Amino acid sequence: MLSKLGELERAAMEVLWDSRTPMLVRDVAESLSKRDLAYTTVMTVLTRLASKGFVQREADGRAWRYSPVASREEYVAQLMLDALSLTGDREAALTHFARSVSSPEAEMLSQALADKQDET
Amino acid sequence: MSAALHLVVTLAICPVAAHLLVRARWVWRAPGTGIALWQMLAATWVLSLAGVLITLGLDPYDAPIPEALSAWAGDPLSTVTQDVLVAGGLAVPVAFVAVLVTSWFTVARIRRRHRDVLALVSRTDEAAPGALVVDHPVAVAYCLPGTPSSVVLSTGALRNLSTAELHAVLAHERSHARERHDLVLLPFVALRRCAPRVADAVALLVEMRADDRACREHGPEALASALHRFTASPPAGALGITAASARLERIANRTSASALQRWTALVSGLTLVSTPLSFLVF
Repeated sequence: MLSKLGELERAAMEVLWDSRTPMLVRDVAESLSKRDLAYTTVMTVLTRLASKGFVQREADGRAWRYSPVASREEYVAQLMLDALSLTGDREAALTHFARSVSSPEAEMLSQALADKQDET
Repeated sequence: MSAALHLVVTLAICPVAAHLLVRARWVWRAPGTGIALWQMLAATWVLSLAGVLITLGLDPYDAPIPEALSAWAGDPLSTVTQDVLVAGGLAVPVAFVAVLVTSWFTVARIRRRHRDVLALVSRTDEAAPGALVVDHPVAVAYCLPGTPSSVVLSTGALRNLSTAELHAVLAHERSHARERHDLVLLPFVALRRCAPRVADAVALLVEMRADDRACREHGPEALASALHRFTASPPAGALGITAASARLERIANRTSASALQRWTALVSGLTLVSTPLSFLVF
């Protein structure tokens, strides 16, 4: 069950990443119509994503519109910074094969995230 | 007083032994033994520090520690100095455990977040069975420990490695996961600020231990060339490069320490750790 929910979260996230505008639960459900999901299931998935901080929502009349907090590339950059131990004291969190990043690459990764923070 | 003297001597041995062990090269031929020695040394240090303070504080009672401790607890006339010494001694192991627990929660939080993000952006790839793949040109390979643990590769790593090298890297990472090297490292990383060189030495031993596993499964050539590829570009810190060359060198001339060497080391470690234990328990 858990892995199924995880898979749905991922699918919902991809829908939101592909959309340029914030989406209603109904819109997300429609984009996932192949999966034949109940409205409440999509709602649960989006609420879970919001509680994990991956999506934000804004009120639109009596409904909520959902949009991703960060782009896919930014999340990948976060993972890479973690993996390269460039984000503070993370030595014990992950064990890596060998440290290999060159300074320009590290700079680029940090920059990708810094730019995003400036925008918001 | 002789108990305190014993403990002071043991306490003084700890930094000397740590200094020698940081420089020791024979432990590279027996990384498992080396890790066990570091753990025993850390335990000895904590117990002796606690022991010295407690025995000094309880000295006037002239009784074994457990009895003297209950005498002190029920003694309304104990001096302030005594109280401070005993309370300080008891606080040492408590503080140590508190640091470990805090560190554990911090690490667990980072991992949970990392796992959540991975679930959204990683994929599986036939080329790397059992691993998660993240699309990024920078080469990384790492293990996210936990239950279940995950081995993660970037497409940069996947592209640069031959099949044999890839299997060696995966075996290396899986052995980190299987032997819970994250738990081994936890206390040393938590106390990194007190002893950075010790933390680095233990981290290197852990890598060597995982290298040995990978060599056993896929041969030294594959692992060595994989390591070469990962360290071809200049690493972030100087440590990376020395550590990598040390690892490469020992993969090239693989010799293990003799059983005699290993046992001598383990028995010395056990003797050291049993000194403070014997005073605190009996």
